[in-house]
Amino acid sequence: MSVNQQAHTGLPYGQPQPGYQGYQQSGYGGQQMPAVHHSQYGAYNGPMPGYQQPAPPPGYFPSLGFPSKGSPVCLNSDTPILAPNFIGALRAPPPSGAPPPTSGAPVPAGQPVYSQFGQGDVQNGIGASAVQMQRPSASQPFIPGTAPTPVSQPATFQQYGPPPTSAQQLTNHMAGMQIGTSSSAPPPAGLGYGSSTSVPSASGSFTATGSGHYTPYSSSQGPPPVNVSHGLPPTSLSPNLSLGQPAFSGPPMSAQHPPQASGFVSPPCSTGIGPSSYPSTTGAPRPSTMQGSPLPGHALTGLPTSQPNHVSSPPPHPAMSGPPPGPPVLGLQGPPPPTHPSPSGYQMQQNGSFGQVRGPQPNYGGSYPGTPNYGSQPAPPPPPKRLDPDSIPSPQLSELPPQQKPRHRIDPDAIPSPIQVIEDDRNNRGSEPFITGVRGQVPPLVTTNFLVKDQGNASPRYIRCTSYNIPCTSDMAKQSQVPLAAVIKPLATLPTDETPPYLVDHGEPGPIRCNRCKAYMCPFMQFIEGGRRFQCCFCSCVTEVPPHYFQHLDHTGRRVDFYDRPELSLGSYEFLATASYCKNNKFPNPPAFIFMIDVSYNAVKSGLVRLICEELKSLLDYLPREGSIEESAIRVGFVTYNKVLHFYNVKSSLAQPQMMVVSDVADMFVPLLDGFLVNVNESRTVIVSLLDQIPEMFADTRETETVFAPVIQAGMEALKAAECAGKLFIFHTSLPIAEAPGKLKNRDDRKLINTDKEKTLFQPQTSFYSNLAKDCVAQGCCVDLFLFPNQYLDVATLGVVPYQTGGSIYKYAYFQLETDQERFLNDLRRDVQKEVGFDAVMRVRTSTGIRATDFFGAFYMSNTTDVELAGLDCDKTITVEFKHDDKLSEDSGALLQCALLYTSCAGQRRLRIHNLSLNCCTQLADLYRNCETDTLINYLAKFAYRGVLNNPVKTVRDTLINQCAQILACYRKNCASPSSAGQLILPECMKLLPVYLNCVLKSDVLQPGADVTTDDRAYIRQLVSSMDVAETNVFFYPRLLPLSKVDIDSDTLPAAIRNSEERLSKGDLYLLENGLNIFVWVGVNVQQSLIQNLFGVSSFSSISSTLSTLPVLENSFSKRVRSIIDMFQSQRSRYMKLIIVKQEDKLEMLFKHFLVEDKSMSGGASYVDFLCHMHKEIRQLLS
Amino acid sequence: MATYLEFIQQNEERDGVRFSWNVWPSSRLEATRMVVPLACLLTPLKERLDLPPVQYEPVLCSRPTCKAVLNPLCQVDYRAKLWACNFCFQRNQFPPAYAGISEVNQPAELMPQFSTIEYIVQRGSPTPLIFLYVVDTCLEEEDLQALKESLQMSLSLLPPDALVGLITFGRMVQVHELSCEGISKSYVFRGTKDLTAKQIQDMLGLTRQDLCKHRNNHLFLAVCNSCRFLQPVHKIDMNLTDLLGELQRDPWPVTQGKRPLRSTGVALSIAVGLLEGTFPNTGARVMLFTGGPPTQGPGMVVGDELKTPIRSWHDIEKDNARFMKKATKHYEVLANRTAANGHCIDIYACALDQTGLLEMKCCANLTGGHMVMGDSFNTSLFKQTFQRVFSKDFNGQFRMAFGATLEVKTSRELKISGAIGPCVSLNAKGPCVSESELGIGGTCQWKICSLDPSSTLAIYFEVVNQHNAPIPQGGRGAVQFVSQYQHSSTQRRIRVTTIARNWADAQSQLQHIEAAFDQEAAAVLMARLGVYRAESEEGPDVLRWLDRQLIRLCQKFGQYNKDDPNSFRLSDSFSLYPQFMFHLRRSPFLQVFNNSPDESSYYRHHFARQDLTQSLIMIQPILYSYSFSGPPEPVLLDSSSILADRILLMDTFFQIVIYLGETIAQWQKAGYQDMPEYENFRHLLQAPLDDAQEILQTRFPMPRYINTEHGSSQARFLLSKVNPSQTHNNLYAWGQESGSPILTDDVSLQVFMDHLKKLAVSSAS
Repeated sequence: MSVNQQAHTGLPYGQPQPGYQGYQQSGYGGQQMPAVHHSQYGAYNGPMPGYQQPAPPPGYFPSLGFPSKGSPVCLNSDTPILAPNFIGALRAPPPSGAPPPTSGAPVPAGQPVYSQFGQGDVQNGIGASAVQMQRPSASQPFIPGTAPTPVSQPATFQQYGPPPTSAQQLTNHMAGMQIGTSSSAPPPAGLGYGSSTSVPSASGSFTATGSGHYTPYSSSQGPPPVNVSHGLPPTSLSPNLSLGQPAFSGPPMSAQHPPQASGFVSPPCSTGIGPSSYPSTTGAPRPSTMQGSPLPGHALTGLPTSQPNHVSSPPPHPAMSGPPPGPPVLGLQGPPPPTHPSPSGYQMQQNGSFGQVRGPQPNYGGSYPGTPNYGSQPAPPPPPKRLDPDSIPSPQLSELPPQQKPRHRIDPDAIPSPIQVIEDDRNNRGSEPFITGVRGQVPPLVTTNFLVKDQGNASPRYIRCTSYNIPCTSDMAKQSQVPLAAVIKPLATLPTDETPPYLVDHGEPGPIRCNRCKAYMCPFMQFIEGGRRFQCCFCSCVTEVPPHYFQHLDHTGRRVDFYDRPELSLGSYEFLATASYCKNNKFPNPPAFIFMIDVSYNAVKSGLVRLICEELKSLLDYLPREGSIEESAIRVGFVTYNKVLHFYNVKSSLAQPQMMVVSDVADMFVPLLDGFLVNVNESRTVIVSLLDQIPEMFADTRETETVFAPVIQAGMEALKAAECAGKLFIFHTSLPIAEAPGKLKNRDDRKLINTDKEKTLFQPQTSFYSNLAKDCVAQGCCVDLFLFPNQYLDVATLGVVPYQTGGSIYKYAYFQLETDQERFLNDLRRDVQKEVGFDAVMRVRTSTGIRATDFFGAFYMSNTTDVELAGLDCDKTITVEFKHDDKLSEDSGALLQCALLYTSCAGQRRLRIHNLSLNCCTQLADLYRNCETDTLINYLAKFAYRGVLNNPVKTVRDTLINQCAQILACYRKNCASPSSAGQLILPECMKLLPVYLNCVLKSDVLQPGADVTTDDRAYIRQLVSSMDVAETNVFFYPRLLPLSKVDIDSDTLPAAIRNSEERLSKGDLYLLENGLNIFVWVGVNVQQSLIQNLFGVSSFSSISSTLSTLPVLENSFSKRVRSIIDMFQSQRSRYMKLIIVKQEDKLEMLFKHFLVEDKSMSGGASYVDFLCHMHKEIRQLLS
Repeated sequence: MATYLEFIQQNEERDGVRFSWNVWPSSRLEATRMVVPLACLLTPLKERLDLPPVQYEPVLCSRPTCKAVLNPLCQVDYRAKLWACNFCFQRNQFPPAYAGISEVNQPAELMPQFSTIEYIVQRGSPTPLIFLYVVDTCLEEEDLQALKESLQMSLSLLPPDALVGLITFGRMVQVHELSCEGISKSYVFRGTKDLTAKQIQDMLGLTRQDLCKHRNNHLFLAVCNSCRFLQPVHKIDMNLTDLLGELQRDPWPVTQGKRPLRSTGVALSIAVGLLEGTFPNTGARVMLFTGGPPTQGPGMVVGDELKTPIRSWHDIEKDNARFMKKATKHYEVLANRTAANGHCIDIYACALDQTGLLEMKCCANLTGGHMVMGDSFNTSLFKQTFQRVFSKDFNGQFRMAFGATLEVKTSRELKISGAIGPCVSLNAKGPCVSESELGIGGTCQWKICSLDPSSTLAIYFEVVNQHNAPIPQGGRGAVQFVSQYQHSSTQRRIRVTTIARNWADAQSQLQHIEAAFDQEAAAVLMARLGVYRAESEEGPDVLRWLDRQLIRLCQKFGQYNKDDPNSFRLSDSFSLYPQFMFHLRRSPFLQVFNNSPDESSYYRHHFARQDLTQSLIMIQPILYSYSFSGPPEPVLLDSSSILADRILLMDTFFQIVIYLGETIAQWQKAGYQDMPEYENFRHLLQAPLDDAQEILQTRFPMPRYINTEHGSSQARFLLSKVNPSQTHNNLYAWGQESGSPILTDDVSLQVFMDHLKKLAVSSAS
């Protein structure tokens, strides 16, 4: 029934991509909603169904969904309208510039952050009242982003349709916001937005934002809007709950729901509380932070939460019902929701997760429909497929004799689809800014484009957490086995439309800090005694406010200069460090770049040396500069080497460069001081002359041996002599076998694979390099290594120094000028130009109760707390794991403060501070609802990749599987509604965990294929260790696009498809990218015209598979494809290698390696198989 | 007498040889009783305008242990075409080329006037001379600039095909590659690390070529090796001039209170290693220019803390010179390696403080290199001295020779005890090597890596003929000196000097022996022994030894009544000897008071290599007097010679002092010399200046030129040298117009002689 409905609805929604929304929503909803399980559920359903997309506000949506269920229609209608307006309004105002002034007046400024809220409010407002609307708007500033939506609204609406949920959520948020603002804010924004004209758009915007940021809101919104507006938190809750259930039941799903529902239900209950608390917390906090009108927030939140819970529960049902279909169903339902907000809400929510599935379903529609039915049945089938996250249980199975189906076949379409989840989130949250004012919000997925407004918490671009709701006790944390980790990218590059962190100068005495724990002044510090003292938000110690920093408090207890000081109102900002933060109490010199070029036979012969020298001539004009300064402060130096080192004196006063050969590699030193590191502009002629001559000088070299450690030593010594930090760019070609310290031998031995000794392949040969790295770090000498091996060169050992100094390794095996030149040059350019900090120390402070215990990434640690980085660039990420050492409280939540002390590229010593506040929960369901699977995978991968250093790979794999099984089993046991043991129930936010985990397990490091070299494995191991979430996401689950579906006339990308061979059509072209490579797969039956357009040849057989770029052809298809590739390239921190793969060509094996849902050649399980396996594991744990 | 003086002078002019005794005591016992050993001063490359070298190989005695060269003393059977070796009496066939020999058709080597003859021989391929500059960059800007200019100038003085190389050092050591276009290239070494020759060659990339040595011919190897660091002057003239021009002061910061870090030890080590690896046994000069003491690494002489002063004699006596032994060892090892390869090391040290010559002296001493000490590179003392290194003889040839080996052959009654001079032993044992050693002994061959026309070795002999084996009447003892060397024109040459002296029975013919005593040569030979001993023994011990020798000599050859000092007389041939000894005792060669260890080393270095005349000047400076009372005349080196109306010109070899007497100085101040009517005064003032210029023109190293007057502080240079016949202790001389008193407690010659007489006649000793 539901199935049918869903199916129908689903389709319609499908368009909206409820699936995606659902996904996101669900995901988010789950997360955000956590507090309100019910609400979340609701949200899920919500999103899925009609709203799905809109509902997307994921987390919240679910809740919203529920709420929406409850009052979906109204909400939807209201919200959409309102929202649009708001959004529009908000966006317009976006100026954001003005921080969230007190809710009311300031709104505009605050908007950015609030915008979400604002939107929420808007919706609420709409739903509730103009007033609310207005407020939101007020807060809206953020909305701005959404502004555009107005127009789109209609479209979005559809989503919104579902959106109701989102709307609700939004409203909730809004409510929260409103609450704060409602009193004051509403009017302004409200008006503007209220204008309603934008309303529709607003909704659109909402959805977008909602999905992303709003989730929480949405959840609240959905219901809240109504409720909120009414300010009937309690009621809302009840309604939600009821709704949620009803919705579930109501919807076709009812049958199915039960199980799921139950599962969910339980959460709801618990969540209900949670949610309430959540919302309250969230709502409250936001309001407080935001505008300060807490009540509304609570009310709203309350509602939302409740909804969320419901939502979440419901979704499961649907999902359950038709395991995979479930989601779809939901998604399908989604559509219905529009009509029936409530149902939609449900489905949305639950489906949330599924919804995503559906997302894809839309296409598959057919199958899904079926699934929905199963969805209901899923419960039974589950046994066979443990797949279904929540209800994932194979839909079919559910419909069919669950038992039978399970094992026999699981419809791949029925299991959670990453594509769907991503699409949903993109649709639901991509269009509205993510405003960081509220504690514990789950941000949009990394695959979603969204705008961030800093209103007190660090942007997810800087910090992402595995969970935004942390268990209050270590027992809970242990029970769930969900790792608590944050992935921090302190110097992340922001999109141009987001403001980089402000620089704060506290003058001579330096930044204001807590006396005890030394935490830096941040928005969470509480000023007391009229502003004379402040209480530390981390350790509660009370510290005097220094006289020069004193400021009166306003009636709300906030400093009057709140908006004038970034450190009081923003999540991320920088302090100017004083001399006491510098080595030897001396301000640092500007850093230096040293280019160290291997000039041995191989390097010269391949043309590499000439290439580098040519490139450097122009590249030196693009050294990183600070702000508006015209000339880079960075000095440069040059070294070439083979068995000996050649330093160059390029002092500007010289008529010609001087080369200084140091052959005493056993005891490296720097032969010159003056003239080695120079200002590029001053010494330009000498440098150019040098770069002209280097290739000539070594043109006839016959030296094949190289040294390596002395090269690093030399660079380090040079920096030491110049008393500055800096970076070495080393271009190296071979295993360093020349007699010198750090000499290596070829120890590559593939026979070790799958033995206990396999770990030695990842360990360095000698401890020499670790010690060297230590010295480098002490000197602030970061090493970037460009490798051009023709054979084994022991990346595991050579990489130690780059790795521990925060540098990067680039590897170009079998480098050939024609094919690899562009890739290398692009990498080099990017590497030289990117923003980078030197001589950095990072410390993560946390609220009492948890503690940063483990760190992953490219750095060095000499003690247990300080992460030392000789260099840190904008792409480097550090993953930090937290453990409890005490209890946390739900009221105060958990705070993180990441402080990075570094030397900027102009030589300025600075402190970059990122703050993030998380919620705390006493209910497991809250935890599961606020998780972020991508981040989780990032953590797990890094954890495993480090594990292989000390453990057999098999152990590491088993550990991973175990942990995931426990995470999921815990959920099943504690959060899911009772259902048959055979049913696989996955948390909405984690429904992709199995598929992603499988990708990690199948990765080259953990399960190498026959053609993967030891060096590759070591390389990837180190590479992944400093990847951020977006990179790991695409690395483990590559993006696969059908090129024939490319819309030549628009900028939108075709919908991605799942990484499975059976989804490839012989008649199509596909693009696959994983962050390192781009493949263009050409099916044998591709139309001649396409081939002609793309490759400029007449037939399939004449396509050359050795192309490294697509030919530049003057036709729109070629242009479009190339622009897509260019776009991809620009999104990644490394230039990807382009490989043309012809179907049934030998290269196809390589390509298939990336079809990660399939069984791999090296024995990796297919998605379906792995899901089954996981389910088995979970069942074992449960029994 | 006159005949002996003439004989001696003639011999010196012809052969460059001065024997202490020109008639030799015929028994070992008698010889030892003569006190002054039988010895000679040999100037192997004494310039001879009238000696055209012959263009063929010398004819050698066929006895393997002898191999003496055919000489005028040999008996020749013109009919049988045989000649008898006058050392081993082996009869030898003349080689085929001598078929036309007859009494009227003698080859040059048989003619008596060719007791010294020079052969030009073909040995291997001629290798160009090599000059390797090792330049300190831790100098004051002006000094460095001056040094750079001197070096650039020197390029024009080098033979065009000479190879030249450049090593600079400061905190690091840089070996410059000279053949690069567009980029100047150098190999850099850390200044603190001692490297073995092999390491250095590896690091300079010189071993690779060793590998191809087997495959390619030797010439290629040489070219190959040299191409990078050693280049023909004519090819890289411009390059090197530019390179020198761009030379900067050592860029490493020197903080307050520190000395710059100067890696002299490593720089030298690398220079030596470089040449060793590329051109062993080829004439090469390593020219070290340093402006301060080595302060780091092997061979460091003092730490870089300015508050710790560089070692003084006082420190050395107290065993308080912590780096000295190690540093000395380092440089000794280097010097020996250098000598083994036939290269030489010059040291040009210009600084106000010491530069570590004490530790580095062996580098120059053992290899025949120059040692020049000055205050600054920016002085004419250095500039002219350096320029004079490249001076040319009347043939337009450089006055330098390389890689010489000196072999001495003696007739059976004599054996060789040793040699003292700028040489090292080649450890060639032979029948004519004595067991008793004087100087560098135990060998009959020495290597002298660098020679100039004035380089003089003291060679000591022992008479081994037993008392009971009288020498036949008219028997003569013979000594043959065979020097093989690389001429500056890159030819290999062999100079053979064969001399003979009569034997005399010391008991019956003592007066002959006495009359043939060369007291000047004896004084120098004894002084060399004393200075040689002073290097290893305590100063007072050496003085005691010298005194004892003098007393014994006086006892042996004086005429006196026992215990009656007044009756003591010495014959003319001995009369000056005690005075030489008196001044020698006061000389800086044996007295370290008032001299830094570096100065002592510097003085001793020159004393051990100069010829007889210069050595005597060093022992007893020459004093000329200029006055209105007559033409310039030499006067006693005595305080009584210092008169108010005189201008004195003193030449101590190291210094030229012009001293204006009190009255003269006043006149000069009054400006009389500028008045036309006192033109004679102007001439008087000018005369010593002109004479001084004459000395300055020829002396190497350029002496310190001091123009002073009565009462000026610089007058101390004069006052410290003259015999203090009048001091504050014997004021009876006051008021007499007989000079000026010297404020010293040193004994005067008079007192010395009085004591000597007393001791000589004493029956107690």
